[in-house]
Amino acid sequence: MASATLTPGAAVGGHQASTEVRYNEDAVRLFVIAAVFWGVVGFLAGTFIAAQLAFPVLNLGFEWTSFGRLRPVHTSAVIFAFGGNVLFATSLYSVQRTSRQYLFGGEGVAKFIFWNFQVFIVLAALSYVLGYSQGKEYAEPEWILDLYLTVIWVLYAVVFIGTVMTRRESHIYVANWFFIAFILTVAILHLGNNINLPVSWFGLKSYTWVSGVQSAMVQWWYGHNAVGFFLTAGFLGIMYYFVPKRAGRPVYSYRLSIVHFWTLIFLYIWAGPHHLHYTALPDWAQTLGMTFSVMLWMPSWGGMINGIMTLSGAWDKLRTDPVLRFLVSSVAFYGMSTFEGPLMSVKPVNALSHYTDWTVGHVHSGALGWVAFVSFGAIYYLVPVLWKRQQLYSMRLVSAHFWVATIGIVLYITAMWVSGIMQGLMWRAYDSLGFLQYSFVETVAAMHPFYVIRALGGVCFVAGALIMVYNLWRTAKGDIRIEKPYTAPARVAAGA
Amino acid sequence: MASNIEKDALSGVETTGHEWDGLKELNNPLPKWWLYIFYVCIAWSLVYYVFYPSWPTGTSYTKGILNWSMREEIVEKLAEAKASQAKYVDRIAKLSVDEIQQDKDLLNFAMAGGRTMFNENCAGCHGAGGQGAKGFPTLADDVWLWGGKTAEIYQTISGGVRQSTVAETRGTPGVMGMTAFGRDGILTKDQIDQVTDYVLALNGKPADAAKAAAGKTVFEENCTACHGPNAEGSVAAGLDGIGAPPLKTANWLYGGDKATLMATVINGRAGEMPAWSTRLPDTTIKQLAIYVHNLGGGK
Repeated sequence: MASATLTPGAAVGGHQASTEVRYNEDAVRLFVIAAVFWGVVGFLAGTFIAAQLAFPVLNLGFEWTSFGRLRPVHTSAVIFAFGGNVLFATSLYSVQRTSRQYLFGGEGVAKFIFWNFQVFIVLAALSYVLGYSQGKEYAEPEWILDLYLTVIWVLYAVVFIGTVMTRRESHIYVANWFFIAFILTVAILHLGNNINLPVSWFGLKSYTWVSGVQSAMVQWWYGHNAVGFFLTAGFLGIMYYFVPKRAGRPVYSYRLSIVHFWTLIFLYIWAGPHHLHYTALPDWAQTLGMTFSVMLWMPSWGGMINGIMTLSGAWDKLRTDPVLRFLVSSVAFYGMSTFEGPLMSVKPVNALSHYTDWTVGHVHSGALGWVAFVSFGAIYYLVPVLWKRQQLYSMRLVSAHFWVATIGIVLYITAMWVSGIMQGLMWRAYDSLGFLQYSFVETVAAMHPFYVIRALGGVCFVAGALIMVYNLWRTAKGDIRIEKPYTAPARVAAGA
Repeated sequence: MASNIEKDALSGVETTGHEWDGLKELNNPLPKWWLYIFYVCIAWSLVYYVFYPSWPTGTSYTKGILNWSMREEIVEKLAEAKASQAKYVDRIAKLSVDEIQQDKDLLNFAMAGGRTMFNENCAGCHGAGGQGAKGFPTLADDVWLWGGKTAEIYQTISGGVRQSTVAETRGTPGVMGMTAFGRDGILTKDQIDQVTDYVLALNGKPADAAKAAAGKTVFEENCTACHGPNAEGSVAAGLDGIGAPPLKTANWLYGGDKATLMATVINGRAGEMPAWSTRLPDTTIKQLAIYVHNLGGGK
């Protein structure tokens, strides 16, 4: 290092590391293209099923297009197809650079993972539409597809961990801790929740190894940690690479990163029972699920603090760099939904929120605000680097995407808050004679306007994603839009 | 590596001395507020464990000093709710539906309970206000298939329609309600064409006059036994236990257009309704009968 002092606004971009190491970018490019493609597919599917809830005629009268079959297509498309490809792209990109090492196993293995993962996605989606499902949320694919995914995932683990183990740096960068935790834990969760006995030799149908409340508990141990390790730990890995990179600032606190990493990893895995409050699950398990969720609040916020405080001294960049705005807003949404989560796990709050749209709103503030926004930020960072372009086609279009998507999220989550809390209150309202004030169908009728608003929020989010697709397409072609540049205002004072 | 420790010009904080792809880390301490809130959350959890069931101990678990149990709480709450309605429900159990309606308090209670149970159990087919749907009779008018007196409605709800599991059911289970005149070869295609035109003419709708005139005979020979001599329906004609709707009506059960009438005469019709005595307590069915009776104006 030439300079002994870090200067503010250091170079932004991916190429200042030592040049003698060759990195694989072909596989990463494929994952980026797939991520953008599946993102649009997943957002469209979500918007369509949101519209189905508001206007049931859109079920179209076919079993293949009914809400029940399309809903897992949406969730799998956004979580595993979009989120998964984003994680593959970003983790395989950053692990090479932070390890100064070419991908372990070479390009062939990475491309094998890529193509087989896409085939898995298509087969899974087809199986849902045709009516095959394990009936487990976020773990719908039947046993044969589970086995297929296991092969892909083990190869991914070998490539990633192999690259880290053969690194040319003495220490492992924090982003890679999170990526490794994500890869290993998701493997364990996938195996644990999919121990199934097929009913016949050549049929797809299978039954799970435990039944009743044990089955529910295994499922929510899986389901909650799909959020905790797939959508949180993995994406925190993205945050730890791309936020400091884009901001050109050092990570705020190394110590905080260690403490929040280990507390997050340790506490998350026990929080699943909060999905089963007030069910047949024993009281003691519900208590543990709730308290571990509450203790998880600060470990989650550790990531938010490290993300946002990394900007300290570079706040002005938010005005001139809409890509950084995506990244930082994602961390803010992360903070908001990781406060809401522990709150909703507290039993008296859960008594109101459970089974209502509040839960759906909570999930989407995390999924749209945190997961999708940090992904958009990383993709906008990666495309010019991977396609060897000087800059993005248009920063103004990035900003337009940001605002349209933000309006979409706000419409979505406020509609679901109002709808969910109203629903919860209507369900528990009694008249003076002790009869339920509202029937179920009356609560459904009351939710209709909010379902329409939610669908509109989805339309905004899709529109934003299409703006991104156009911008990335022009960027890849090498075009640069003639537009008013974002100019940096004169730096006023240090360390705001 | 320690030799690479640098000082950040903006914050004055030192880095850890490591670098990856240009990325460095500052050596800031844990934020105090963060740490203290984390401790408070842990302390709150520990206190919670003292009061509530929490840690498994092999075959049992720590009960907590409140000795609280979700199952016991729900049993208590259900018992409380039951007790608060007992003064009404106990009397409803003893009285007939007609006697219940003589008591203003009981009628008020039955209407409130009936509304709730109707919306939960009946509105799905009969509509939230009892307006009915295709194949599901309207309950908010004066036309009844099985009788509109409260006691008759009570029996219909309780036994259902054409249910083989319940003795007091309406109609004959397993037996066609309305004969399939076409499918069973009782009437020719021409006769069905004629009789449906007759029914159309009866309702003042455009129909072939010659066919309708011929259909009158077919109607009198085949339809009046159930639907009444003037097509007024079995109940209005004083025919018990048949369940045949009026055929001179503005509110058709299946539809009053030519094509639907043809389909009805050819294939017959036989609506069913669950026997609610197998699903709901008798006191609830009484409340439902009173509520439904009043939906139709309480005649």
